[in-house]
Amino acid sequence: MSPLIAIAFIGGLSLILAIILAVANSKLKVFEDPRIDTVEGMLPGANCGACGQPGCRAFAEDVISGNSQPSACSVGGPETAEKVATFLGIDPGSAVRKVARLLCAGGTDKAVKAAEYAGFESCRAAAAVTGGPKACSYGCIGLADCEEVCDFDAIKMLPNGLPFVNATKCTACGDCVDVCPKGLFELMPVNRHLVVQCKSALEGDKILEMCEVACTACSRCAADAPENLIIMKNNLPVVNPDMLDKETEIATLRCPTGAIAWVEEQQFKPLSKEKVE
Amino acid sequence: MKTFRHGIHPGDYKDLTRHIAIERMPFTDELVIPLSQHLGAPSRLLVKEGDKVYRGQIIGEPAGFVSIGQHAPVTGTVKAIEMRHHPSGKLVESVIISRDPYSPQTFYNEHAMEWESLTPGELISLIQHGGFVGLGGAAFPTHVKLSVPEGKKAKFLIINGVECEPYLTSDHRVMLEQFDDVFYGIRILEKVLGCERFYIGIENNKDDAIALLNKRIPADMNGEVVALQTKYPQGAEKMLIEAVLKREVPSGKLPIDVEVVVQNVGTIAGIGMMFRFGQPLIERVVTITGPGIEKPSNLLIPIGTKLADVLDYCGGLKENTRQVLFGGPMMGAPQVYMDVPIMKGTSGILCLTDEEVTIREEYPCIRCLRCVDACPVYLNPSRLGALAKTRDYEGMLGYHVMDCVECGSCSYVCPSNIPLVQRFRVAKALLREKQAKQRKAS
Repeated sequence: MSPLIAIAFIGGLSLILAIILAVANSKLKVFEDPRIDTVEGMLPGANCGACGQPGCRAFAEDVISGNSQPSACSVGGPETAEKVATFLGIDPGSAVRKVARLLCAGGTDKAVKAAEYAGFESCRAAAAVTGGPKACSYGCIGLADCEEVCDFDAIKMLPNGLPFVNATKCTACGDCVDVCPKGLFELMPVNRHLVVQCKSALEGDKILEMCEVACTACSRCAADAPENLIIMKNNLPVVNPDMLDKETEIATLRCPTGAIAWVEEQQFKPLSKEKVE
Repeated sequence: MKTFRHGIHPGDYKDLTRHIAIERMPFTDELVIPLSQHLGAPSRLLVKEGDKVYRGQIIGEPAGFVSIGQHAPVTGTVKAIEMRHHPSGKLVESVIISRDPYSPQTFYNEHAMEWESLTPGELISLIQHGGFVGLGGAAFPTHVKLSVPEGKKAKFLIINGVECEPYLTSDHRVMLEQFDDVFYGIRILEKVLGCERFYIGIENNKDDAIALLNKRIPADMNGEVVALQTKYPQGAEKMLIEAVLKREVPSGKLPIDVEVVVQNVGTIAGIGMMFRFGQPLIERVVTITGPGIEKPSNLLIPIGTKLADVLDYCGGLKENTRQVLFGGPMMGAPQVYMDVPIMKGTSGILCLTDEEVTIREEYPCIRCLRCVDACPVYLNPSRLGALAKTRDYEGMLGYHVMDCVECGSCSYVCPSNIPLVQRFRVAKALLREKQAKQRKAS
C-alpha cells in the first residue's frame, strides 16, 4: 500500500510543478533574436576581445543591431565576415586585416647589454626594476611576456631575444600590445610596408652607443619619401596612415642603421622549424 | 613592546654605519637634476641652457597639485637640458649643472622664515615649492599628505623614525644629530594640520635615538617617543599606525581616514631646516653601506650628485661587488648605470657582493603558509601567487591584491623561492593599466 501512496504523491507533485513551469515558460518568456545564436556559432569563439566587445556573443548582438560590421572580427578574417554578412544580408564592411608589428629591431646581437638580469623571468618584472638588461631603455627586454600571453600561438622568441610575430597566425587581438611594458607592439594593416623598428626618443650618437640598429633621427627617410608620407616627430619618423598607397621602398634605402624597414608579410625571418604559410 | 601583527625579522646589519657621524660630501663638478624625482607630474622647467644658477635657486616649479619644485644644489651654470639615465631605468629630462669652481657655495638666501603668521594653506604651498617629498624612499610629495580633505581631521601626527630596512642608518643619524630641526619641523606641521598630539615611532634597535629624543622633547610640545619592537615592514605607513595607535587603515583608504598623518623623520628635519635657514630640499643624508664598499659612511649629499662620484668618495667598490642598490635590500632598486644621480628619495646605497647575491631556483608551493603568517596586510600570498602564475588577474582582485604594500616579506620567507611580490607587482601594474583604460573608455 505505502509504495503506491509515495508514487501517487511524487507523481502528483511533479504534475503540479510541470504545469507551473509550463505556464511560467509561456508567460515570462524573454524574446531573444534567434539569429544571435547562429551568428555566434559562425564566429571563431576565441572571446579575445579584439573587436572591442567582451566576447563573441556580445559582438554577435552588436552586428545584428547594426552597431558593428562583421569584418570587425579580425580573428575570423574575411571568410567569417562574408559568411555572417551573407546570413544577415548586410555589407561585410571593409576592415583591412591587421597584424602586430614590433617597434624594435635591437636583438641581443645588435643592442648593447648593460647589466645582468637574473630575477623573475618576465619583461614586466624586469621593467619594474631599472628596465631590464639592455642599455637602451626603449628596447625589447626579450623575456617573452608576449609569447606567453598570445592565445593564438603566433609569437615565438627568436634566438636574438626578439619576438617573431607570425603574421599568418596573428589575429590582432591586441593582448601583446597591452602586456608589453615598453609599448613596443603596434597593430598595423597587413598591407602597410614601412615599419619604423625603433622607439627611442634620443638622437645621433647617443642612441648608437646603445644599439646598432636604432633610429638616429637623421630624417633621410622623410626627405626621400613622397611629401608628407613620413614626418619626423620626437626624433622618430612617423608614417602617415592615410597615405599608405604612396609607400615606397626608396625611404628605407638611405637609412644608415636599418631602423626603418620594408616589410612584406613577415617582419622578421622566422625560425626554420616555424611553419609560415 | 608595541608593534604590528605579522611581519618578518631579517637581520638588521646596521652596525656597519650605525656609529658613523654624518659627513658632508664635497661638491662634484657635474650634477644631474632629473625633473621627475617624485611621484606625480614632472616639474616645469624654469631655466635654459647657459643660465647661471645659485645654490638653492628654484629651477623647476610644480606642474600641478601632485608635483613639486626643484632647486639647484650648487652654484654654477646650466650646461645642458637633456635626457639622462634615471635610477628607475628610464631616460628622464634632466638639468645638468656644472659647478662654479670659484664659488664659495654658500646658500644665497640664508635667513629664518617668518612662519607663525602664515595660514596652513600658505605653509603647504611653501613646502610644495621647497620641493619636499617623503625621504623614506617612496618620494611621495609631502604637501599632498598635509592637505587634509574637507570634512576630515588629522588628530595625530606620527613621525616615522622606524627605518626597518636592514643596513640603512640615515634616519637614525638624522635623529641623533639633527633633533633640533626635527622638533622645529614638527611645530610647523602641527600648525599646518592642527593636530592634538605627535608620536615619534622608533624601533628598539636604535636605543640611543629613543633615549635622546625622549630627553629633548621641548616642554611645551605635546608628544612622545614610542619605542617599537624591531620588525619588518614597520616603516610602512599603515603598519606604523597599527603599531603606535592600534588603528587599522581600512582597505583602499588612507591614513587620514583614521585621523593620522605620517611623515618620515628626514622629511621633518628638512622642513625644519627650511624654516630655520630658508634652505629648500637640495641635499639629504644617504647611507652608503654593504659588504661591497670600501668605506661605509653616512653622507650629506647634494641632490644630483652622480652615483659614481659617491662611490669614489667612499673608497670605491670591492672586487667582488655584484650589485648596487638604491635603498635597502628589501625594497631597493638595483642600478644599471653608474652615472645616475642621487635623488630626493634615495635613502641609501647598498653594495652587495657575490656572497649576498644568490640566484635561487623556484620550486612548487608546498602550502606551508609562511607567507600568510608574514603578510602584514593579511593577504594570502600563496593563493595570489597561484593565480598570478595562471595570469588570472581578475581573480587576484577578489583576493585584494591591490592592498599589497609590496614589502616583499612573502618572497623573503618562501622556502620554495617563489617570486611572489615580483608577480604581484606585475599583476598590480597590469590591473592599474586596465582600470585606467576602462575609465578612459567610459
